[in-house]
Amino acid sequence: MTAGPDGGSPGSAVNVASVTTAGAELTLRHPVERFALDNGLRVVLAPDRSVPVVAVSVFYDVGMRNEPEGRTGFAHLFEHMMFQGSAHVPKMEHARLVQAAGGTFNGSTHQDYTNYFEALPSEALERALFLEADRMVAPAITEENLRNQIDVVKEEIRVNVLNRPYGAFPWLQLPQIAFESFANTHDGYGSFVDLESSTVDDATDFFSRYYAPGNAVLCIGGDLDVAETERLVQRWFGPVEARAVPPVPPTGEPLSTTARSGVVEDALATAPAVAIGWRVPDPVGDFDTYLGTVLLAELLSEGDASRLERRLVHGDRIAIAQSSYVGLFGDPFDVRDATLLTTQVHHPAAVAPETVLSTVHEEIARIAADGVGAEELRRVQARTEAQLLRQADSVLGRTLAFAAAELIHGRAELAGEIAARLAAVTPEQVQTAARALDPGTAAVLELRATGGRS
Amino acid sequence: MTTQLDLSLVPPLGDPRPHPVPAAEETTLPNGLRVVVVPRPGVPLIELRLRVPFAAPTERGAGVHTARASVLSGAVLLGTAAHDQNAIAELLQGHGAELSVSTDPDRLLFATTLLPGGLSPVLGMLAELLTGAAYPADPVEGERDRLVERIVIARSQPGVIARTALAARRYGSHPYAVQLPDPDVVAEVRPPALRRLHHERVVPSGSSLVLVGDLDPRAAVDAVAAALAGWTERGDAVEAPPVPAELHASEVSLVDRPGAVQSNIRLGGPAPTRTDPDLAALRLANMVFGGYFSSRYVENIRENRGYSYSPRSSVDHQAAGSSFLVEADVATEVTGPALLETQYELGRMALAPVTEAELDAARRYVLGSMALSIATHAGLASTLSALVGAGLPADWLYDHQRDLAGVTIDEVQEASRRYLAPSALTTVVVGDADRVAGQLEALGPVGVDGEK
Repeated sequence: MTAGPDGGSPGSAVNVASVTTAGAELTLRHPVERFALDNGLRVVLAPDRSVPVVAVSVFYDVGMRNEPEGRTGFAHLFEHMMFQGSAHVPKMEHARLVQAAGGTFNGSTHQDYTNYFEALPSEALERALFLEADRMVAPAITEENLRNQIDVVKEEIRVNVLNRPYGAFPWLQLPQIAFESFANTHDGYGSFVDLESSTVDDATDFFSRYYAPGNAVLCIGGDLDVAETERLVQRWFGPVEARAVPPVPPTGEPLSTTARSGVVEDALATAPAVAIGWRVPDPVGDFDTYLGTVLLAELLSEGDASRLERRLVHGDRIAIAQSSYVGLFGDPFDVRDATLLTTQVHHPAAVAPETVLSTVHEEIARIAADGVGAEELRRVQARTEAQLLRQADSVLGRTLAFAAAELIHGRAELAGEIAARLAAVTPEQVQTAARALDPGTAAVLELRATGGRS
Repeated sequence: MTTQLDLSLVPPLGDPRPHPVPAAEETTLPNGLRVVVVPRPGVPLIELRLRVPFAAPTERGAGVHTARASVLSGAVLLGTAAHDQNAIAELLQGHGAELSVSTDPDRLLFATTLLPGGLSPVLGMLAELLTGAAYPADPVEGERDRLVERIVIARSQPGVIARTALAARRYGSHPYAVQLPDPDVVAEVRPPALRRLHHERVVPSGSSLVLVGDLDPRAAVDAVAAALAGWTERGDAVEAPPVPAELHASEVSLVDRPGAVQSNIRLGGPAPTRTDPDLAALRLANMVFGGYFSSRYVENIRENRGYSYSPRSSVDHQAAGSSFLVEADVATEVTGPALLETQYELGRMALAPVTEAELDAARRYVLGSMALSIATHAGLASTLSALVGAGLPADWLYDHQRDLAGVTIDEVQEASRRYLAPSALTTVVVGDADRVAGQLEALGPVGVDGEK
């Protein structure tokens, strides 16, 4: 769901362990400063002057789950509109002003938020603040820009979904089976009918409702002076007029009490696949229990030493590839309730999906019954810590993690504490998480490959 | 939009602060392995890259070599005399590591991140794999069969079909024409062939090891020397044979993909190598054309016409030759118009000068994004591994930055005339031939292939 030419694609390419953020030691090294402007904009500064790079990000509290019925894909389409120029910036000039300063930029639409960000040489900090403030005031929502970006978004959907095998698997298809509410089940990329019927008025209303400064977090990380940056933020964002802030709509829904399943056919795919989704504890309200589930996903699927890789791929040889992750796009710490732990398995046509399913359930039942050894969990925690640290090594990666933690959890500092929190998870917590993955309440999606073999 | 940019409103850029220059410590071990170690502030991690030259020895043998190399890259982790696959994976995982082993037409690459305390044990496991990978028969068979399935899945991806078709057209019988191994050839790979390939080709001579991150350089070099002293297999590094003059055809090669809702347009041709004095000018020409969002190509076919989501161009380096590449995935109904605009923008680069503003923007972006890309342990390690593997010194980066700073408008136009002219490029389109052949024929001759 990225707008720029250099962004990755979501969904089918979800990484198992793209857990964000920083280890315990980084909490000290990256102190977080926080303040709010009179217009309600929340500001987080995370200084670190080791390299002359600064990252600027604005997170708006509106995502795919906030879209109204009949406007599927609108949050993402609107993200594109934010790059079409603004009050004082003509079309294409946003990109030019960032890139000609030696910086990179992008934006992305998630379930619960939409973000915009730049990574630049630190001397370009004020320029980035000007650009973000200018479009927070008035993006160039015109008929011509809207029609152009509807075309671009349709090509994005063709590249990532319609013109390739497994394009919607499982991220657009499994939620329809796992959930009940429109917020959780609809296609966040959008139907072509909904996209094509979108109007300038829809975009203006959406901006007015969701893009108020009080509905946003501005997070700046890297090579910055706190006092000077606070002054610059006041200068550029202070004048943005306050507007009413919509309440965060509840996206949680009751736990299912039954097993559900569905089948899709993929005419471009040459091999079948199956995905299982289980509801997990509230990622915000029940954070400690949730951490056990996050580590369970790592223990199940991350690397050659993981339970499912050993059993499905190397032992029984009933899978070509497997992965497990928490959160629709694989980041467990930037989502609200309701959320899934998903296990997806690509398997040979000669293996029945029932065999794959029963073997996955058996492995989980084994953890539920026998627990996990302290030594096995310690290895999983070491690997998870290394991955968290790796993400935190980039100024941009760190800044986005602080911003997401502020928006979703109300505490940017949490991003720096997650490694330590995960390191404190006990084998009992992981066992408890496994007991909650009940085959009787799982949602199962079977993909049948009808593309034949070449 | 008629808004004009009032530059007086845009905050000026402050004074740039220089990037810290990483000090690389380079040594060559008695066994011939080159070792590059760079301490870097940042997170408490180390990034490891071991690069072994792994090109196909002959054009005729390229298909078999590629198949064996692909199986070897997975099978090398399946066990040694002392440890089975699980024990290897567990030991690495305990230090935050997971070894990824991959091949391309030039090299075999072992890569991992690790927690600093794990340096000696991870190097020890690496040495054990290099000197004692066992290729046990039964696990190898499983790995090989999975690889066959994965190749079949990869070949159903339109991007892979397009890349394969372009390489085949450009390189003919040269090994670079083989992008993915043939699954039927992979299915015939046996453990003895892997053991032989490993023995002959996984050798320290010509290989390079890069370590970047939270380390003491002296202690790290000592740890490498201690762990890898026993890696003494003799053999010569094999590099790819020189790329012959490309088999350039003037007709568009159309690969039929019936029912496709999009067409994948790909153009490719030669580009200056890393040591060619024209490289800096060509890189900047590439940026102005389609190398970033602020380019002519993106403005034309995305932001003005809405034909494509992510049109782009790039410069790619392989050991035996470099490439200039253009890619755009476009709606089926505008395939002809999109190729027309592609040719128009390439022709404009070749025939008319870029503006001073275009050149300055491209230059600042390239310098800025290079600095960003080496501002992490992982980014710096991968960059150094590619440079050292190409036989270049670590400070090539700084020479290249100096070259970029001096490029003139005339030099950009000369590079564009030689490398970006549509007549210098091979064109491949993957799409629904029934619906796009007529459109493409309006622009010139078209040859149609069935989907491979």
